[in-house]
Amino acid sequence: MFIADIRITLKKGVADPEGKNTRKALELLGFTEVSEVKTSKFFSIHLNTADEAAARAQVEKICVALLSNPVINEYSYELRPEKGA
Amino acid sequence: MRPEDVKICILRIEGTNCEDESLLAFKRLGANVELVHLKQLTGQDVWDSEKRDLMDYHILMIPGGFSSGDYVRAGAIWAARIKSKLSSPLTEFIKEGRAVLGVCNGFQVLVEMGFLPGIDGVMSQVPQAVLTTNDSSRFECRPTLLKYVNNFNCIFTHKLNQGQVLLVPSAHAEGKLLFPTEKAEKIYKDLEENDQIVFKYVDQNGEYAGYPWNPNGSPRNIAGICNPSGNVMGMMPHPERVFHRFTHPDWTRGFSSPVGDGRIIFESVLESVMKKL
Repeated sequence: MFIADIRITLKKGVADPEGKNTRKALELLGFTEVSEVKTSKFFSIHLNTADEAAARAQVEKICVALLSNPVINEYSYELRPEKGA
Repeated sequence: MRPEDVKICILRIEGTNCEDESLLAFKRLGANVELVHLKQLTGQDVWDSEKRDLMDYHILMIPGGFSSGDYVRAGAIWAARIKSKLSSPLTEFIKEGRAVLGVCNGFQVLVEMGFLPGIDGVMSQVPQAVLTTNDSSRFECRPTLLKYVNNFNCIFTHKLNQGQVLLVPSAHAEGKLLFPTEKAEKIYKDLEENDQIVFKYVDQNGEYAGYPWNPNGSPRNIAGICNPSGNVMGMMPHPERVFHRFTHPDWTRGFSSPVGDGRIIFESVLESVMKKL
């Protein structure tokens, strides 16, 4: 059993209005040293397979099929064995 | 053929919220329109009497709303659910030239499914575009002005005159239409050549302008596009919300038209379908 920690980020050059807005709000709160905020989405996905290669292949497919849109997103992930499984 | 012979499916799932106005828009024009839950088309968890076949309809409309809570990305879950069960009938539906309209969340679904822009075929395996977060990072909800820029390829708009400006309300947080950066210039060229750009945001003088006239920062002010064959259209603003003259925000302040600006889109597609049948 594996857990995939998947992060969906915006590609370089794609505007991140949410990040920009967050930075502005942080600045207003006095965090003047914050120079940039980038947002991303995080998914933790539990997979019912004992085979690491199969799990990896599944995660790749999941990222392409639903979690990311290749026009603006990039994905990265880490696979770790599920404890106690 | 009469309007009541045209069968229209307004698709809904959890979180859609514009299906009633969409249904009424077609109903007021006399069409045979029905509200259909996605499960009625896939045949899951429904009684036999509730099952419906997509191919029985002439027009499919994917209405606006916040389907599945806009989780993952706006429209992504609904797109995945349609894709998993209805990919081939829907592709067939579009290949046959039947009409598909996506408004707001529906536009996002059509883009996520790969039916729009549809430059390299009816459906692309991965999305070729995205409707992403507005530049303002806010939900933009107000009347917008749309200039009709199509050369009559799109079957949803043939009753409009070129350059005509419609007032149609926008209400979305993810309406900025983007294409892959490295291919964007070529795609804009293809869109122009294929006559796929339908509506662009303009200001009160009919000129292309930035925020707030363009509510989301969409490059080249694009508000709505169609596929190369013109039978699939997606637009961010809501024509179903300005069907009557009294739903036009200026109806008490000198707006003289007897009908709302959105009505012509429903009339156009109904007329196109009636001519073909």
